[in-house]
Amino acid sequence: MTKPSARIGVYICHCGTNIAGTINVAALREFAATLPGVIVARDYKYMCSDPGQELIKADIAQHGLERVVVAACSPHLHEHTFRTACEEAGLNPYLCHMVNIREHDSWVHSGEAATAKARDLLRAAVQRVAWNRPLERRSIPIRQSVLVVGGGIAGIHAALTLANAGKKVYLVEREPTIGGHMAMFDKTFPTLDCAACILTPKMTAVKDHPNITLWTYSEVIGVEGFVGDFKVRVRRKPRYVIEDLCVGCLECIEACVYKQPKFYDEFNQGLGKRKPIYIPFPQAVPQVVVIDPETCIEFKSGKCKKTCLEACGERQAIDFGQQETIETIEVGAIILATGYKAFDASRIPYYGYGVYPNVYTALEVERLINAAGPTGGELVLRDGRKPRSVGIVHCVGSRDEHTNRWCSRVCCMYSLKLAHLVKERTGAEVYNFYIDMRTPGKAFEEFYNRVAEEGVHFIRGKVADVYPAETDGRLILRAEDTLLGQVRKIPVDMVILATGLEPQADATEVRRLFNISCSSEGWFLERHPKLAPVNTFTDGIFLAGCCQGPKDIPDTVAQAGAAAAEAMQLLDTGSIELEPNTAYVLEEVCSGCKTCVGLCPYNAISFLPEKNVAQVNEALCKGCGTCVAACPSASIRQHLFEDEQIFEEVVGVLA
Amino acid sequence: MKPKLAFYWCASCGGCEEAVVDLAEKVLDVVAAVDIVFWPVALDFKRTDVEAMPDGSIAAAFINGAIRTSEQEEMAKLLRRKARIVVAFGACAQTGGVPGLANLYDRESLLRAVYSESPSTLNPEGTRPAPHYATNGAALELPVFWDRVRALGQVIPVDYSIPGCPPTPKLLADAVAALLTGSLPERGAVLAPDKALCEECPRRESKPDKLAITRFRRPHETLIETDRCLLAQGLLCLGPATRAGCEARCIQGNMPCTGCFGATSRVRDFGAKALSSIASLTGSNDEAEIIRILENIPDPVGTFYRYSLPAAPLPGKRPNRAGK
Ligand SMILES: Cc1cc2nc3c(=O)[nH]c(=O)nc-3n(C[C@H](O)[C@H](O)[C@H](O)COP(=O)(O)OP(=O)(O)OC[C@H]3O[C@@H](n4cnc5c(N)ncnc54)[C@H](O)[C@@H]3O)c2cc1C
Ligand code: SF4
Ligand code: SF4
Ligand code: SF4
Ligand code: SF4
Repeated sequence: MTKPSARIGVYICHCGTNIAGTINVAALREFAATLPGVIVARDYKYMCSDPGQELIKADIAQHGLERVVVAACSPHLHEHTFRTACEEAGLNPYLCHMVNIREHDSWVHSGEAATAKARDLLRAAVQRVAWNRPLERRSIPIRQSVLVVGGGIAGIHAALTLANAGKKVYLVEREPTIGGHMAMFDKTFPTLDCAACILTPKMTAVKDHPNITLWTYSEVIGVEGFVGDFKVRVRRKPRYVIEDLCVGCLECIEACVYKQPKFYDEFNQGLGKRKPIYIPFPQAVPQVVVIDPETCIEFKSGKCKKTCLEACGERQAIDFGQQETIETIEVGAIILATGYKAFDASRIPYYGYGVYPNVYTALEVERLINAAGPTGGELVLRDGRKPRSVGIVHCVGSRDEHTNRWCSRVCCMYSLKLAHLVKERTGAEVYNFYIDMRTPGKAFEEFYNRVAEEGVHFIRGKVADVYPAETDGRLILRAEDTLLGQVRKIPVDMVILATGLEPQADATEVRRLFNISCSSEGWFLERHPKLAPVNTFTDGIFLAGCCQGPKDIPDTVAQAGAAAAEAMQLLDTGSIELEPNTAYVLEEVCSGCKTCVGLCPYNAISFLPEKNVAQVNEALCKGCGTCVAACPSASIRQHLFEDEQIFEEVVGVLA
Repeated sequence: MKPKLAFYWCASCGGCEEAVVDLAEKVLDVVAAVDIVFWPVALDFKRTDVEAMPDGSIAAAFINGAIRTSEQEEMAKLLRRKARIVVAFGACAQTGGVPGLANLYDRESLLRAVYSESPSTLNPEGTRPAPHYATNGAALELPVFWDRVRALGQVIPVDYSIPGCPPTPKLLADAVAALLTGSLPERGAVLAPDKALCEECPRRESKPDKLAITRFRRPHETLIETDRCLLAQGLLCLGPATRAGCEARCIQGNMPCTGCFGATSRVRDFGAKALSSIASLTGSNDEAEIIRILENIPDPVGTFYRYSLPAAPLPGKRPNRAGK
């Protein structure tokens, strides 16, 4: 191909002193003016400002510019700005090219080297932009429905917000009930609201909402497509009970051949027992029982009398032959609200969890205190005694090199809550061992003061050891009290470990499934910590709640609302503009070797046997370039990344 | 007057000359239509005969082989002066060919290997080829052996290329016919289709949409099925990267394509392209496993640059010291 000639304008931004403080912008402008094709070259304090953009527009009109090069910051920030400016002046936006002389240059180099590098980058851009071709954006409609993954308080709140705004929502929860961690608590800090009283109405609202399809005991297994048009496959695990027929009378549970509950009860952290046919907790939503095939006699031997089936009678809701089903849904946006998992306390051997029966995790105590819990809300030790003294250890598995470095943000506060509740229910002496007391939320410090006034003892020191006293078998907490400057050993009846929050065990798989990023710790990564806190780097996928990082319920709900608003905003734009940097097959020379077909991460390429060529679906292509690099006969090209453009850029940078 | 043709060979194996002979009965048609004024393999003309011809008097010179010696360079330049069209005939002339793999070593290592170190060499005096040699009062001039092998186009301007190791008689016949009828394409063209070989491969329908190769096999390591895509059998077939036009003759012989027809016009580096596309077909996402799979490919340079090292952007193991 012969080199096109074009009238090029070059604009160099000072970015205040960000660029001009390091790079000699005047010299750069003079250099730019000497490059072939350059008609005007200017420098300006802030190119992205209105007057800066006006410079470009005026020159397009006055000098008939055919190409524009802006040397400024990262295209991530302002490519859109300058393309739009060109478009407004009647120039196709894709004839505008940005050179990053800030992040790639002035911020990382100094002295003459910085200006020299800017010259190379600019020369490369001027050479490449001559080859740019006008491109058209494509627009596709956005599907008016949202998938919410995870039915904790985050997912519940997001789903309800969207549904109330008239959007169709699919809520997918992998447990048999929604509610998440919050459903386990009795009271919530700092207001001591009854968790069930505020949560269960929302749970029922989800179930009853005409705009919400609730699928519990279900998991997302496949995600295809892109913002505005995701295709999601959901596996609905068999619960051996037909959801539409079960009325939640629970007569089957009563009738089970096991007269007494006998098996580990997950919801109650194993403190209680359940039968093979069960409901996780009385207010579970949906009010539908589940059969656990691992413990049900019928599943294990096929020889059960099936008294449950008899009890269900005409309702015929129990179906031992139920199979899993795979549903496919199409949604415009996705909100991930998969929450957290509590730190496994047995990872810290010197606290004796799992060794000494009277060492509990906070979640266990939440269940013990809960009126619907295994003890009906009585806080008793495993032997049925009421504890007379209780030690609460803060920061278990948090803020520690050996476990997790982060602060889990809620443990100080829920430890105060538990201290209050324990004292209220048992009258016991309560000792809170903390490293720092972190109470930065609204009404948090006041709550701390209140609990202190109630007579809870606060000891500032990290507990080094928990061990049984030789005399009476009570548990001794040993810690250095850093305020007194001495080691203290305090015997108690019960130890509560305030375990921190961790990413879900399967966070990495979930991240891959949805093609989003994780921080190194495993929390899902927001697009920008300040300005895009619920967006991800994948358009159309948003985050809510603890899957993004530890937080309390108020923050979770606020974030869920924000995620819902972002999703709504996206849906309400109606259609979405797709970047035109897509790949295309040169059909007349494609050999049909199929190398590209299986490589596209977005399944955008199909093979047309009748023509013996590959074909790129432009709506699916994300412009990743994989196929372009792989096509062994170079029969796929990519808009905006044409060979000539790239080679000219390489030649320019090396010249 | 019949148009004049010349054939010449440089650093080549002689296979390309065979391709001319392989025209078989067609050779007579060619001979009837043209005057062959120079063809050292078959006809007794001397260099001086060519030198005596007026510049531009030959219609087309078909030169095969790469350029390794001073004599080859001189002959190429001479024929360039005398011929209106120069055709790089065969892979060695086009991109350096198998002799070009010598560019992985310098001249000294090559001479040392051949004249001293090879087990079959008996050369106690350490005699080496020298451009000037005098014995018994007689002086002998030998061509200089350059440090590097070059493709013809790196020595003289070339008008057309006919790919292949060797080219097929059909391509030669087509080229001569185009010459005679004045229907040659734009200068610079490669006189073969610009698609890859899979297109004309008789096995293409058996090639799966998604290949996931977990083991590369060499032809002697497996019983090769005769009707299934070779790549799908784990044989390293370079057909997807190689220009069509050979009528898939290796595949018809149940052997994988080694890429002698070179790249399509859109590819700048045959070896890199072939390598990256083959590497993308491994059936694993695990780095260690991918390395294990790729380790099954013997001699990567010799495999992927078998015919094109001198013409590649990275043309050898060491920097090209002035080409000589
Ligand atoms: C002991 C303890 C006490 C606490 N007390 C308080 C308190 O008093 N006040 C307060 O404000 N905060 C408290 N918190 C914090 C509170 O638990 C969280 O802020 C809140 O639960 C976060 O809600 P979430 O919806 O983000 O996550 P979760 O409650 O963890 O819910 C996530 C949901 O997603 C589901 N899920 C996960 N992965 C998938 C998947 N792949 N597919 C489908 N579904 C999935 C889970 O089953 C779960 O139902 C406490 C925390 C702890 C550990
Ligand atoms: S550039 Fe190619 S591989 Fe990448 S998304 Fe587009 S079609 Fe798929
Ligand atoms: S890799 Fe290239 S030649 Fe092969 S099918 Fe895809 S586009 Fe066609
Ligand atoms: S890879 Fe080889 S064997 Fe398979 S279709 Fe292509 S040329 Fe034929
Ligand atoms: S199949 Fe490949 S190696 Fe064999 S002749 Fe054809 S191009 Fe050359």
